Amino acid sequence: MSETSTLKPGHIQGETGLWEMVIGLEIHAQISSKSKLFSGASASFGSEANRNVSLVDAAMPGMLPVINEFCVEQAVKTGLALNAKINNVSVFDRKNYFYADLPQGYQISQFTKPIVGEGEVIVDLDDGEQTTIGIERLHLEQDAGKSLHDKHPTKSYIDLNRTGVALMEIVSKPDIRSPQEAGSYVKKIRSILRYIGACDGNMEEGSLRADCNVSVRKSGEEFGTRCEIKNLNSIRFIIQAIQSEAERQVEILETGGTIDQETRLFDTSTGETRSMRSKEDAHDYRYFPDPDLLPLEFTESWVQSIKEKLPELPDSLKKRLVQDFGITSYDASILVEEKDYVDFYQQAANGRDGKLTANWMITELFGALKKDNLSFLESPITSENLGELVSLISNGTISGKIAKEVFSEMMKSKKSPSEIVKEKGLEQVSDDTEILKLIDQVISNNQEKVTEYLGGKDKLFGFFVGQVMKLSQGKANPGIVNKLLKEKLK
Amino acid sequence: MSNKDTIVDVPTVNKIARLSRLDIPEANKQSLTNDLNNILGFVAQLDEVDTSNIEPLASVTGHKLPFRSDQVSDGNIEDLVLKNAPESSSGFFVVPKVIE
Repeated sequence: MSETSTLKPGHIQGETGLWEMVIGLEIHAQISSKSKLFSGASASFGSEANRNVSLVDAAMPGMLPVINEFCVEQAVKTGLALNAKINNVSVFDRKNYFYADLPQGYQISQFTKPIVGEGEVIVDLDDGEQTTIGIERLHLEQDAGKSLHDKHPTKSYIDLNRTGVALMEIVSKPDIRSPQEAGSYVKKIRSILRYIGACDGNMEEGSLRADCNVSVRKSGEEFGTRCEIKNLNSIRFIIQAIQSEAERQVEILETGGTIDQETRLFDTSTGETRSMRSKEDAHDYRYFPDPDLLPLEFTESWVQSIKEKLPELPDSLKKRLVQDFGITSYDASILVEEKDYVDFYQQAANGRDGKLTANWMITELFGALKKDNLSFLESPITSENLGELVSLISNGTISGKIAKEVFSEMMKSKKSPSEIVKEKGLEQVSDDTEILKLIDQVISNNQEKVTEYLGGKDKLFGFFVGQVMKLSQGKANPGIVNKLLKEKLK
Repeated sequence: MSNKDTIVDVPTVNKIARLSRLDIPEANKQSLTNDLNNILGFVAQLDEVDTSNIEPLASVTGHKLPFRSDQVSDGNIEDLVLKNAPESSSGFFVVPKVIE
C-alpha cells in the first residue's frame, strides 16, 4: 500500500485510473435511559443474564408496548443538536425477521415517517479543515438481544437483557469521501451526543456502533453499487474496514467484475471484510405500521422547551475558545471533543496564557495520561495545578525545561507545582549577580575555549551557555545567561 | 393491484412461506394461492375509493400515544421469563446453534 500513501485520503490509484470512495454511515446510539423504550425493565449494562427482561421484552402474548418519554425527548434533543427537521408526528413500524435473540419476530422501528428528518453536522478533519456532512434522518428503534455462540459446541445461549433497549439510528447522506472523514464524523456525532447527554458514547460497551455503506467510482461518475459493513464498534475499525472494502471493490471492478450489493462483516484479525453469505431475501423485512402503537405526536411548544434546555454545543464552544483564549482552531477542536476537556481547560486557562495552557494540556498532559494508561478523569493533575504550573512558567519562576521536571513530579506525587518547586529548590535563577558568578566559573574552567572563541570560533558560544546551564542545574534563566555571556565575552 | 384475480402466484406464496418459516405441503399450495387471491381481491375493492388526499387513519377513538416516565418498574423475573423455554441454562435461553 506504499503507493497509496501519497494519495489524498479516500482515493485509490488503480490500473485504469483514480477511484474515489463514496461513504454513508448509519450510527446506532443507545439512549442513556434508565428503562427500555417500550417496557419498564432496566436498560443497564452488565447484569445477570435475562435479569432486565419484562414480559413485554420477552414478547409474551397480550403484552403491549408503552413508550418512554425520556427516550423521545433524547431523540428530539439530538435532532435539534444536528440542526435537523423535527417531525411532530412520526410512526412506528414493524421490521420483520427471524432470529433467536428477537423474541417478537420483529423489531419496532420507524420506516416511512421517522421522528427526525434532514439535518447537518460540521466535521473537523485531521488537517484542521472542516466539512459539512448531511444527515438523512434519525429514528427510534429497539435493540435486539445477545447471542453467545461459544458456550456450547452445538447450542447458542440467548440473553434478552438488551432486547428492547432504546436506540437512535442516525443516518448520514452519502457525503463522506474518505475513511478518515468517516472517523471524524463519528467522533463529532459522539461528542455531540455526550454533550447533550443523549448517549454515553461508550463504543467498547456497544453504546455506539456504526454500519458503513461503501462504494467506489471514478471522479464525477454516478455512484457505484454499495456494500454495507455491519456493526463496527471503534473508530479505528471503521477507518480500516472502509479502506479495505474500497480496495476490494476497486480490484473487482478493474478485473472486469461487478459488485454485488450485500452485507459484509469486518474481520478484525485479518483487517478485511467478508460476506455474511445471507440468503438473498433475508432483507425482505415486510415493514408495516405497528398496530400496537398510535402515531408518536408532540407539540411544538414541547420541542421549544427542549431547545431552551440544550447546553452549549462543541461548535459554538470552539469559536468561543479561539476568541477568548487566542488558541488555534485545531487546538480548540481537540479541547471541545469532550465536555470534561473544555471544563478542565477553561479552569486552568482562566486569567492565564491560553496558548501555553493549551500546549501543556494537549501535548504534555494528554501524552502523559496516554503513557500511564489513565483516563482523563483519572488525571493526577488537577486543573488548578496545571494552571499554576503555567503561571510559574509565565512569570519566570521556572524555565520551560524545569517545568517538564516539575510536571513529571506532579504526575507522580499529585503535589502542587509550587510545592514541588519549593521542596526541590527549582526556582529559576534570574539574578544577575548569581548568574555572573556561574559565568566567571565557567570562563576560568575553560580558558582555552575562551581564547578560541575570542579568536573567531563563534560556534563555541552555545557551549558556554550549556556549561552555565549545567552548572546551575538547569535553573538559570537562559535569556539572562545569553545576555550576560555576550557582554562578558566581548 | 389492478388485476384482482392474480394478486399472488405460487412462487410468491413460496416466498412468503419461507420468510414466515412455514412449511406448506406442495399439495396445498395452489388452493392456498387461490384463497389468498380471494381474500386480497375482496380487500382490493377498497382501492376503488380515492384516498389520495386523505391522511391514514391511525385511531377511531381520538386517543394519542400515551407516554410513560423513565422509571425501572419491571424485570427481575428470570424464572417467569424462562418458564416456557424448552431449554435453559444458568439464566440463558438455550437454542440450537444459530451463527451466520
